[in-house]
Amino acid sequence: MFDTPNREASVSQTDIKINARDVQVFYGDNHAIKDVSVDIEDKTVTAFIGPSGCGKSTFLRCLNRMNDTIDICRVEGTILLDGEDIYDKSVDPVQLRAKVGMVFQKPNPFPKSIYDNIAYGPRIHGLARNKAELDEIVEKSLRRGALWDEVKDRLHAPGTGLSGGQQQRLCIARAIATEPEVLLMDEPCSALDPIATAQVEELIDELKQNFSVVIVTHSMQQAARVSQKTAFFHLGNLVEYGETGQIFTKPNDPRTESYITGRIG
Amino acid sequence: MPLLWLILIVLGIAAAGYLLGRGRALASVGGDRRALHSLPSYYGANVALKAVVPAVLLLLVWLLAQPFYVNSVVSGLIPDSEIAEGSSRGLVLAEVRRTADGLDAAVAAGQMDEGFAGNAGADAAEVTQKLKDAGQIVTSQITAPILRAAQEYRVQNAAGRLWMAIAVIAVAVLGALWGLRETSAEFRARNVVETGIRALLIGAASIAILTTIGIVLSLVFNTVEFFRLYPASDFFTGLNWAPSFSGRGGASDLGVLPLLWGTFYISIVALAVAVPIGLFSAIYLSEYATPRVRAVAKPMLEILAGIPTIVYGLFALLTVGPLLMTVFGKEGLGWMQAGTAVMTAGLVMGIMLIPFVSSLSDDIINAVPQALRDGAYGLGATKSETIRQVVLPAALPGIVGAILLAASRAIGETMIVVLGAGAAARLSLNPFEAMTTVTAKIVSQLTGDADFASPEALVAFALGMTLFVITLGLNIFALYIVRKYREQYE
Repeated sequence: MFDTPNREASVSQTDIKINARDVQVFYGDNHAIKDVSVDIEDKTVTAFIGPSGCGKSTFLRCLNRMNDTIDICRVEGTILLDGEDIYDKSVDPVQLRAKVGMVFQKPNPFPKSIYDNIAYGPRIHGLARNKAELDEIVEKSLRRGALWDEVKDRLHAPGTGLSGGQQQRLCIARAIATEPEVLLMDEPCSALDPIATAQVEELIDELKQNFSVVIVTHSMQQAARVSQKTAFFHLGNLVEYGETGQIFTKPNDPRTESYITGRIG
Repeated sequence: MPLLWLILIVLGIAAAGYLLGRGRALASVGGDRRALHSLPSYYGANVALKAVVPAVLLLLVWLLAQPFYVNSVVSGLIPDSEIAEGSSRGLVLAEVRRTADGLDAAVAAGQMDEGFAGNAGADAAEVTQKLKDAGQIVTSQITAPILRAAQEYRVQNAAGRLWMAIAVIAVAVLGALWGLRETSAEFRARNVVETGIRALLIGAASIAILTTIGIVLSLVFNTVEFFRLYPASDFFTGLNWAPSFSGRGGASDLGVLPLLWGTFYISIVALAVAVPIGLFSAIYLSEYATPRVRAVAKPMLEILAGIPTIVYGLFALLTVGPLLMTVFGKEGLGWMQAGTAVMTAGLVMGIMLIPFVSSLSDDIINAVPQALRDGAYGLGATKSETIRQVVLPAALPGIVGAILLAASRAIGETMIVVLGAGAAARLSLNPFEAMTTVTAKIVSQLTGDADFASPEALVAFALGMTLFVITLGLNIFALYIVRKYREQYE
């Protein structure tokens, strides 16, 4: 049932995009992430799996400093993006988030038209010189988000009027419209039906040609289908990190084995 | 028997019924409450409900009906000769009631004994003197027929009261017995109580609605009466407001336009102050402020809403007016003649409205899902970009609703206008001139000794009706906006 991951891609691309060392996260007094060190490769899909509350989403949100918006959250350790510390004082979290885009669990289209949803990022970052260029970015992003054919005739209809799966693809298209280098996805399919899930997974597979994708998922089948690398989190610790095929067939840690065979979690 | 006692007795019967019903339910299953359909307290509540509800309904109907009955009986005792030229039966009946009340009070104060007060053969002059001695208000010499009628009135009322007490208590007891008879293990007391609660809620809602309808109807009838005396076209298109006072006759100019203009001008100034300040403070409080600042600042802001408007009026009259005078008055720019002006009232009213706008907008902004903010932050938007382009558009329908609510308040505000804006009805564009509003003029038309049948007094109802229609329109418009955009922004 576990597909063999695309080894060619992971072998030919060994650039480290994100390098996290000894990351600790505290919510107030609660130590949510303990000593997590992980290397995320470029042009690869990396899956974070683990039971609820294990810290995988929290760790994901550290990678684009989304945790800054939570007052009581404190992050320690170093996270390097292309060798640059993203928690350095000189780094503007707003600029960082343009480079490290994020897609959330629940589709969250803005209360605007489909076009304006996609154009939002390019507009605030000044990526288009004129209307024609913006139109082009919107079309390209929607095509890459596999949504163009469904919405090309109603670009000015509200984005909230789309179906759940379409909304999520809209959010993905919106995230890639800003040309990020890394795309973080926090359980992007948990609110979707199987057909929409399949469409989004297909999309993730295409996206890895251009981006480094990190996906948090509760579905081990999904992790096996879409990712090349998998990290297993348990109680705030990174238990095991390696090739997806190896994690799912020959895990080194007994806890990983227990989780993927359904004994814990 | 005083009404309070009667009500307490009915409640006592209900309380006893509750305990009895509860006990009977438990006894019927030998103390094993699992065998009952409902919890024992529901059986008790069922008995209590059956004791109270019919009894109270009967009490209400009786209290409403008794005066009509007594009036018709007493009215028959008054010969036509007693009704003076230019007077009416109604006025004589009022005199009878006053006399009866006087007798009641004198008896209660111990200055007259019951036998004398009820003595059908008593001399009218003597009674008048005694009543005057007792400090009761008697308009003139009481005539014998009026005294007889007043005595009959007292008798009828006392009898009515007594029968009412007997009937109400009997109904309460019968209701309680009916409830007790029903009580058995299979009886669905829980469902009955549920129905009772629903009826209570429906009753509360219909009282509110019926009162509203009653108020509107009274406005409508008086407005129609006014338009019979004064042409509607002059009222709605007149550019001059100059009522002649004290109903001394003579032509009054009762044009509503200067008043409406004053109302709108002052409201616009008020909203121009309240909307930006209120909205910005709401954004600060909900998006930027730390929880500790918010915990202090929000209640502080809401204190503004608790200040009585008369205090704002004093503030306008004593502080803001003179302050504006030093800048725009004769010593300054020379635009302002006196401290009372549109600007004074508008500014102060704006301050009054800040908490309305900010508190409502704050709740609405807080209700925008965090997911939307995360989405914008995740795309690299700054805080103010997120708020401007994502949060505010999502919250817009609610904010528009809040602003229109504030507008309704501004239009209906009276005290600040009376003290801050002056009393001159005038059509002018200069915000430093004194103007007045519809509400302030309603006050001035109804206070004083105006005859209530004159157009100068009845115009107040037409003004009230105009104001009502305008605020109703605003509210409907607000609802329309909220509905229309809610579909789009969810």
